[in-house]
Amino acid sequence: MKLRTIGALMRKEVLQVFRDPPTLVQVLAIPLIQLVVLANAATFDTGATRLLVRDDDRTPASAAMVAELVGSGEFTVVGTAVAPAHIEAVLRRREAAAVLQIPAGFAAAVARGEPTAVQLQINAEEGAVAGLIQQAALAIVERQAGAPSTLEVRQQGWFNPTRRYKDWMVPGILVSLTTIIGLLLTAQSITREKELGTLEQLNVTPVTKGEFITAKLLPFWGIAMGIFTVGLIVSKVVFAIPTVGAVPIVFLAAMVYLSVALGIGLWISTVTQTQQQAMFVAFFVLLIFLLMSGLFTPLEAMPDWAQAVAHANPVMHFVGLMRAVLVRGAGLAEVGPTIVGLGIAGAAVLGLAVMQTRKTLE
Amino acid sequence: MSSSDAAIVVHDLHLTRGSTRAVDGVSFTVPRGERFGVIGPDGAGKTTLFRMLTTLLVPDRGTAHVLGHDVAGAPWMIRPQLGYMPGRFALYPDLSVAENLAFYADVFDTTVAAGMARIAPIWSQLAPFAARRAGALSGGMKQKLALCCALVHRPTLLVLDEPTTGVDAVSRREFWDLLDTLRGDDLTIIVSTPYMDEASRCDRVALMQAGRFLAVDTPAGISAGFPLPLLALRAADRIGMLSVLRDFPHAVGAWPFGETVHYTDARVGAAPALVLAELREWAGAHGIADLEGEAITAGIEDVFIHRLAEHERAA
Repeated sequence: MKLRTIGALMRKEVLQVFRDPPTLVQVLAIPLIQLVVLANAATFDTGATRLLVRDDDRTPASAAMVAELVGSGEFTVVGTAVAPAHIEAVLRRREAAAVLQIPAGFAAAVARGEPTAVQLQINAEEGAVAGLIQQAALAIVERQAGAPSTLEVRQQGWFNPTRRYKDWMVPGILVSLTTIIGLLLTAQSITREKELGTLEQLNVTPVTKGEFITAKLLPFWGIAMGIFTVGLIVSKVVFAIPTVGAVPIVFLAAMVYLSVALGIGLWISTVTQTQQQAMFVAFFVLLIFLLMSGLFTPLEAMPDWAQAVAHANPVMHFVGLMRAVLVRGAGLAEVGPTIVGLGIAGAAVLGLAVMQTRKTLE
Repeated sequence: MSSSDAAIVVHDLHLTRGSTRAVDGVSFTVPRGERFGVIGPDGAGKTTLFRMLTTLLVPDRGTAHVLGHDVAGAPWMIRPQLGYMPGRFALYPDLSVAENLAFYADVFDTTVAAGMARIAPIWSQLAPFAARRAGALSGGMKQKLALCCALVHRPTLLVLDEPTTGVDAVSRREFWDLLDTLRGDDLTIIVSTPYMDEASRCDRVALMQAGRFLAVDTPAGISAGFPLPLLALRAADRIGMLSVLRDFPHAVGAWPFGETVHYTDARVGAAPALVLAELREWAGAHGIADLEGEAITAGIEDVFIHRLAEHERAA
């Protein structure tokens, strides 16, 4: 590996990025805009739920429960229901998001200390919202009824019980954006040279495969680290995310993690022929990585095989590490094995990219 | 000639790409310092042959030794000594002229200053545009930059794949004049072109068609080797004349060449004056009354078309 050759290749790479306006926008502006927009949009705060009430009990106890629901600020009563058909129609028209039915004899049963049932029907088209409504109503109803209700309790570990969503989501979004940009840039970089024909010329030079991949990795690695750093500062300054643990651990992990993400991008670029093919493969990989990262859907809800796949997902490990260190204050002793694991994965995928590099035409 | 004296020694080289036998049994030797031309139409296999010589493609069968090294076995020994100009412009359009040149000097572990003596005549024409992005250059200037980048590390073999394709006639001539300035420095040049008229600028040429070499000789030797009487003929009705000539019993071929038709007769050694007299009589009998013409010596294109027709008849 000649440092001079690598230096020349890297200088060329950096010049190309900074002279191509679309790439420059892709690198500098888009990630930060997305971070700000997505961090504000990715919240599970649903506001006050529109509630339709059917009170067949008509006692002070049932009225007090409804009052408690409204008083919590989580619900507004939009009407009182009559017939079951009417209830369904109201839900369908989305005039209400949930219907609370209190049966006759509710107050009497509560007074006797007997089990009783209140029914809460929720429009579950949007699962996350339904879950929140359910949890909010459950707490209040249980408190009022003073007895176990028929509302089924299901623990869903993926939303923040303290409702500080941004603490939880912003690090995840930052990881997603850095991964997307880094992986797309590297996936395009070699195929672009194949399309330009410059790779054909470059292949008739003494440049080795290792020098070539090293010089392709380092500039984009630097760019991705830059994006990550600026994003972390924005997260702290604008969104006031907690930094309970040591920030240097997060940077160390980011440096190792990005070698995996960019290595995958480079590997895609070595096995595809055009930028379009590379983009398709990169998007496929990104979608699986991001959707199976535990960022948007709980890992615990996945079937066993999917959880096994998710554990091979570097994004999942890095998102988990970021949250553990920043929110919970995990130390190097706890996350060290994850960093070592990412390092092994990075070495493997970069080795694969070097092996797949061809000095001949396919 | 031993292989170490020769820049290129190719023996029975084959490569099939898809279902096409792109290079189908080619053998030739290029001594050091020679300018060797490979002439043939699009799809003849020139680019595939050149990509094997430049280690970009691995032959299916046969061997190619470039600068004493096997292209398949020791590509790393060949690449540092090779200057390659692909058929398609392959420099970085976002980088300036000077940056492209410096980049290729760097990757060959040398400097522009060290290579300047070699590229000076070409660089002098490019220097005014040194700060311009390569993508914004004219076609002729792009070719000159590509030539500079291929020469800056002072290679011993220069491989030029159709350097003049898509370049205007004046720039084409300029390009060949530039190649003349590189002579006498023990630089071997192998160049391909679809333009027959460029054959005369080479020391030796190979005529290539359908993956094979039809002939390898000096341009004069190729012309002199044409065995048949050849006449350039004119008549007002060129199209009619063409079909009438092709129907003549002794005709081998008749092909339009600019304003004239080149006619080849099958009778070796026949006197051209006699052939012309017969042709005028034949044409007159078939409605072409104004046939005129004279005997000419064969050009590369005549030989090529003749060899091609022979080749097709044999196949």
